[in-house]
Parts: sequence; C-alpha cells; structure tokens
Amino acid sequence: METLNYRYENGTRTLAKNPQIVGVVGSGNLEVLIESAPLDGACTIEIKTAAVGFGAIWEAVMHDFHERWLLADARISINDMGATPAVVSLRLDQAVQTMLEDAR
Amino acid sequence: MQWPTLANALFPRGHTITERDDFLSGEAQVGDDVASATIAIIGTTGHAPIGVEIALAQATAILNTVRDHPGRAILILVDTQGQRLRHRDEMLGINSYMAHLGKCVELARRRGHKILALVYDQALSGGFITSGLMADACYALPDATIRVMGLPAMARITKVPEELLTELAKSNPVFAPGPENYLRMGGVRAIWDQAGGALATQLIEALNEPTAGDDRSALGLARGGRLLAQPVIAAVVAGGHVLAA
Amino acid sequence: MSSYLELSARERLQQLFDPGSFEEFLPPSERVVSPHLAQLNAPVAFDDGVAVGRARLNGEFVYTAAQEGGFMGGAVGEVHGAKLVGLLQRAVLDNAPAVVLLLETGGVRLHEANAGLIAVSEVMRALLDARAAGIPVIVLIGGSNGAFGGMGIVARCANVVVMSEEGRLAMSGPEVIETANGVEEFDARDRALVWRTTGGKHRYLLGDCQMMSADSVAAFRQAALDAIAACAGGPVELTLEALEREQQLLAERLARFGAMADPADIWNSIGMADAQRVSMLDADAFVAAAAAHRLGAP
Repeated sequence: METLNYRYENGTRTLAKNPQIVGVVGSGNLEVLIESAPLDGACTIEIKTAAVGFGAIWEAVMHDFHERWLLADARISINDMGATPAVVSLRLDQAVQTMLEDAR
Repeated sequence: MQWPTLANALFPRGHTITERDDFLSGEAQVGDDVASATIAIIGTTGHAPIGVEIALAQATAILNTVRDHPGRAILILVDTQGQRLRHRDEMLGINSYMAHLGKCVELARRRGHKILALVYDQALSGGFITSGLMADACYALPDATIRVMGLPAMARITKVPEELLTELAKSNPVFAPGPENYLRMGGVRAIWDQAGGALATQLIEALNEPTAGDDRSALGLARGGRLLAQPVIAAVVAGGHVLAA
Repeated sequence: MSSYLELSARERLQQLFDPGSFEEFLPPSERVVSPHLAQLNAPVAFDDGVAVGRARLNGEFVYTAAQEGGFMGGAVGEVHGAKLVGLLQRAVLDNAPAVVLLLETGGVRLHEANAGLIAVSEVMRALLDARAAGIPVIVLIGGSNGAFGGMGIVARCANVVVMSEEGRLAMSGPEVIETANGVEEFDARDRALVWRTTGGKHRYLLGDCQMMSADSVAAFRQAALDAIAACAGGPVELTLEALEREQQLLAERLARFGAMADPADIWNSIGMADAQRVSMLDADAFVAAAAAHRLGAP
C-alpha cells in the first residue's frame, strides 16, 4: 500500500456542509470521500492505494482535477484499488458534482 | 480427548450419553450431595462435518428438551471439521438447517434453559457457529483447535501469500487458531483445566453463573483481543463517535 | 427501471427508500476502518463495506443496513459486523417498526478470520434479540454475490427472506465445494446448476424464501413493504410452535428429497415440471405457477 498527499492553495470554490462519498473499493475502482474542512483555503487530497509506484501519474491527475474545480477548504480522501487515471478523474468529478447537487 | 473420557471426567455422577453417526446425545447428573440436577447433552464427535442430518438431530434434541424438560440446562460438546461441503447439503439448504439449530438454542435460552458449549477437540466456523457460538457461554479445553479455515485454503481464497498468513498466525489473535485467541477476543469465556476433578467443578461453576446477554464484544475489549467491536457498537447505538481504546 | 442487482449498496438505499430520507449512523466521514486489513496489504473502505442507519418507507422510519458486495465481497469483518450489531441494538432501543437488511455477502471476511467469525455470531444473536423485542427483521437478497457463509445462516434467522431470481442464498460457495470435493461434486462453472441449487426460485419452492421479487428497486421496495405488513399478523419473536413447524418442514424435506441428485428432480417431485420452463418465467408468472406447489408455511 502507498499513501500520497497533495495540497493546493489557490482554490476559490467552497463546498456544502455535508460530506459525500462516491465509488466502491473494488478491483479497478476507488472511493472518494469529499468534505468541507477549515484548511486556510487549501484543498488537500490524501490517497491510499494498493497500486504502488504510480506517484507521478497521481500527481498529474490531481493537478488536472484541481485546475478543473479550484476547490477551497476541501478535504478529499481516497481509498484506491488500482483504478485507471480515467476512472480516478471520473470519480473525483462525481464526488464534486454530488456535493454541488446536495448544496442546491 | 475422546468423548467417553471427557464425559466421565465431566460427570463423575454418571451419564447416559450415546453416539450415533458422530452425533452425541443423552443426559448426565451434575452437582453434589447437597444439590444435583440432570442436564441434557448434545454434540458431535469424530471431527464430524456438519451436514443437514446432524444439524437437524441436534435441533431435534434441543426442542425435545424444551418440550419435555422445561428449564433443564443443556451442554453442547463440540468437535467438528466445519460444515459438510457437498452439493446435496447446499441443495437442501444447509444454511436453513443450521439457522434452525441456532433458533432452537435461542428459544431454549428464552425459556430459561442455561446453554453452555465446550469445544473439546476441533471447532471450525460453519460447524460451530450455530451450536457453540450460540451458547450463553462457550468454553474450550487447552488443546482444542478453533479456527475459521485452514491456512492453505485461506491463502487460495484471499490471494494473500500463505507465508504471510503463517507468519501472522504465530502471534496475531485474528489468525492464530488456538483457544487462547478466541479467549482474548471474547469468543470463548474460559479455557478449562483438564486436571483431576477440575472439569466437573468448572462445569458446575459455569452452570451456576448468571446468564447475561451477549457480552462477547465487551469481553473482547476488556481482554484486548478486539478493540473496535464494542466501541463501534456503542457509537452506532448512541449516535456518536467511536471512542477507541 | 433500476436493476437492483447492478446498483451499489448506497444506490440501493437511496432508491429503495423514500427519496432523501436515509440518515446514516457512523457515516464514512467518521473513517472507522478495519484495523486488520493493512497488515495484509489490503485497502480499506471508510464504511468497512456496510452502510447502516434509518430511512423512511412510505413515510415511516425503518432501520436498515446495506452491504457493499464490491468491497471484499461484502464479507463481514470486525467493524462491519459491529455496525450491524449496533444497528440491531439501536432498533430495539428506538422501538423501530422494522429492520430491513439488504444483504450481499460472502459471509465471514477471511482476512479477519476469528474476528469475523465472532462478529457474524454476534449479528445472529442481535437479530434474534430484535425479534424477541417484537421488531420484525426483513432480509432482501438480490445482489450478484448472494448471501453466503455465516450470513446465509443469519438470513434464515430473519422473519422474512425476499429474493430475486438472480439472488443466491446458501452456505458454502460452489467454488469451495469444487475445490474440496471435485468438479463432479459441484461444477462451479455450471451456472444453471448453481442457480438451480442456490438461487431465489429454488429457495422459494423449498420454502426458505418467503417472497420473490423482480430484479428492480421498485419491486424490492414493494416486497419490503409487503413483508413488514405480513409480520403484523402474528408473533415476531421465536415461538415453540413455529420452530416445531419448521423442524417438521426440514425433516420432511430431508426425507423426500435427500436422495435426489438435482434440484430439478425436487421441482419435478413437487409438481413444477420442466426445469427449463421454470427458469424462464418472470417473477410474477413464477409466483403464480408455484402457488399450488411450493413448500413452507403460507
């Protein structure tokens, strides 16, 4: 297992109060827990993954995700079991979208 | 320990236990000159695989006791290699036969029968879960083996290397098969001393212990073998957070 | 119409109960994960594979749990089992009108071995305690993993078992039996045989499943409502009379069918001829056809 941590500072979009979770920790899949958290405006992402040694790819996917949404005061936690970058991006977007729907 | 030797040690005042197709049943006298009682015995021997017949036989004996001898204590003697692995038993619904046995044990408990179990040789998961593990309290002899599955099969199914499981089984109560681990985790109330007349005495003490609800998760916490079960149950019940030990 | 089979546990909870009504106890944000999986290099899930809480069914709160078959096969570990026990205990304290368990599970989580076994046993006791307190327990089985192992036993401790044709209910999986005793004993790749042996229709005909449902969330929702209503007609707790009837059913089943090789022989024997045709019938047609033949208390 590998743990990866990322933190982004220049976000602007804050989130609703209630945490949301999407996805399932099964083969080729992952779960994404997303919460509003007091982080001085930062967005933090912690990933625990069964696929070891893909740090560079995770970094690229997280960077793109942050550019897409620019979240602030957001805490994202991931349990991954070997999902592809495409599935990871999909789940992250689903997580944010679920948050936004809940807020409406 | 062979069941006749065990029975003589448990019941110095005598018993009428017989064995048929690995199924044990009968009565025994326990107590002393001041107070004595008849208790019912059911169980298995020969590392019996629990199939539909033997599950039904045990359940029948339990309901007979409830009907014919209200309040009589029941002792379940456990020696099993687990559930029988046959298409026929699955077709007939072995899970239902086992559930039925468990429900009969529960009914007996509700009606005031004290139910104890003693693992005197082997106890493997499915063969044990609705007999020994449904008792008010489950006890074990020091040499008993209690486990969920053999390590090679576990390695095959979980895809975890057998070497890793074997290593963990040496010290980790979750994997190690001895009764000490079930004791620590709260699944076994006590391991009985086999020496001299100790078995008979321990049985009487166990019969005299007041029956509480299912306190195994609290026991597991107190003994350090299962640190999360009780706090999680408590948190769900109270609607709060888990206060881990 | 949503296939119940294809949905995740959380999707089933969202869609089966009144919209937006599910309130979760010990949600994933609490991060109560398995303490045992890390040492096996296995990933954890924030809810340890089961969501428990309460939700409204036609306006009334019932207490509910849904197992996630996609995580560890829905198998029960220390935390997962404790959540189920806590739910059942809380249902008693809160005097819930019913408990509805959406089961999808292989049984004891082997990665947690001893802890999982004791946990399943505690779930069994807690379920029967809930019944003793007058709370009906309904089990829904319609996921791709079925309900196996110790949880296959727990399922049959409930008041009512609802299954879809796709659902399976048994103790040992076909692969385990094949590995232990050979492919002649049970060919795990013979899907038709597997479903004849452990599937919803067979269990319904035997009397181990009391209600059939189509594979849709709407159908399972209605079945849950019907099951709860059916429990209002009699004692919810265990009774000697009911167990004696069940013992008789099980003894007769063994006597009548114990020498048969194939479940189709059983169906034939009770008057449901043509196994092929039986497996083609949809839920409603099957229930109608089975009415005159199925075993088990009405």
